[in-house]
Amino acid sequence: MSFALVPLAFVMWAVTYPARALPMLAPGIERLPPAAITYLRLAGPAALAALAAVNCLLTSDKPPHLLLGIVPVAVGLCVLVVARTRLLLPGVTAAVVLVAFTRAAGLA
Amino acid sequence: MSRARIGAAGGVTPEELADSRKRLVRDALAISAYALPVGLVFGLTALQAHYSLADVLANSTIALAGGAQFAAAGLVKDGASWFAIAGVTALINARHLLYSAAVAPYTGVLSRRERAGMAHFLTDETFALALTHFRRIGRFDRRGYWIAAMAIFVPWTIGSALGYMVAGAVDVNKLGLDVAFPAAMAGLSLGMVSGRRDVAAALGAVAVAVPIGLVAGASFGLVSGAVLGPFFGLAVPPSANEESSAPETPEPSAEAGLP
Repeated sequence: MSFALVPLAFVMWAVTYPARALPMLAPGIERLPPAAITYLRLAGPAALAALAAVNCLLTSDKPPHLLLGIVPVAVGLCVLVVARTRLLLPGVTAAVVLVAFTRAAGLA
Repeated sequence: MSRARIGAAGGVTPEELADSRKRLVRDALAISAYALPVGLVFGLTALQAHYSLADVLANSTIALAGGAQFAAAGLVKDGASWFAIAGVTALINARHLLYSAAVAPYTGVLSRRERAGMAHFLTDETFALALTHFRRIGRFDRRGYWIAAMAIFVPWTIGSALGYMVAGAVDVNKLGLDVAFPAAMAGLSLGMVSGRRDVAAALGAVAVAVPIGLVAGASFGLVSGAVLGPFFGLAVPPSANEESSAPETPEPSAEAGLP
């Protein structure tokens, strides 16, 4: 069994843990400027949206090309389902089913 | 003060504490019920990125950062540098500063060592469950915190491992499972949206990431979108919902979020 990416888990921990621990161990984050606190709050949805877009709209070749097809449509369906149900799993399931069905039918 | 009271600061009876813990357990079970299958999706994603089972378990127990774990798997698959992965992880998890600051007033009575240990488990769900419980009873509750923490940690880790092992036995593309990762990312992003500023930040990030990704590569586009996207949000006036909630007491969506 490979352990090649175990150190990466520690790297991720090293950049995550301070955010979880510092305010509890050394309170004072509330003294940051309001704009800085808002930026921190907005970074989460921004990073995840960028990640989704890059992975469903760009091909993996170099340089990447714009990808149009059933995958971006399925991701859009997931967003609609999550917006309606506020649950992630039904959205992902709907996207997977749509792609599987489309491919099985030879449409994609 | 009645001897039935617990703690000088709390002013809560044993019955009230028990009731609040019951509610906490009920909520925690709901969290666990979705954490397991979403963990399955992460296991599948990790398999596509050529993780080993040890890598998956290390990610889910050491990093314990659901959304960032998905992000890292996507970046590993794209061949991004660990530096880029660390940067994206830090950005995605920067919100935990706010969670920790909101919980801090309740944990001041604990030793630094105990607080340091608790901090590792301060995920979106732990924060949402624990803070709600603390507010109900008006003080810290050690057992309540660990119920909240384990409600996500255990099913998330088990789900990740199961997903990895099960996915290895199926044709991922034929079953459409390759769309699970971008769909999960989009859904998680939506789960963090609580007002028009979040929407602007997310759409701004997409508007930056895709064109820059086309020119400079997907990883660079991703990091650019993640860094610049929040500025789009800052440029938009806050909605009533965003104005009414103080930044230091965020209210994450316990249903749609991840560790």
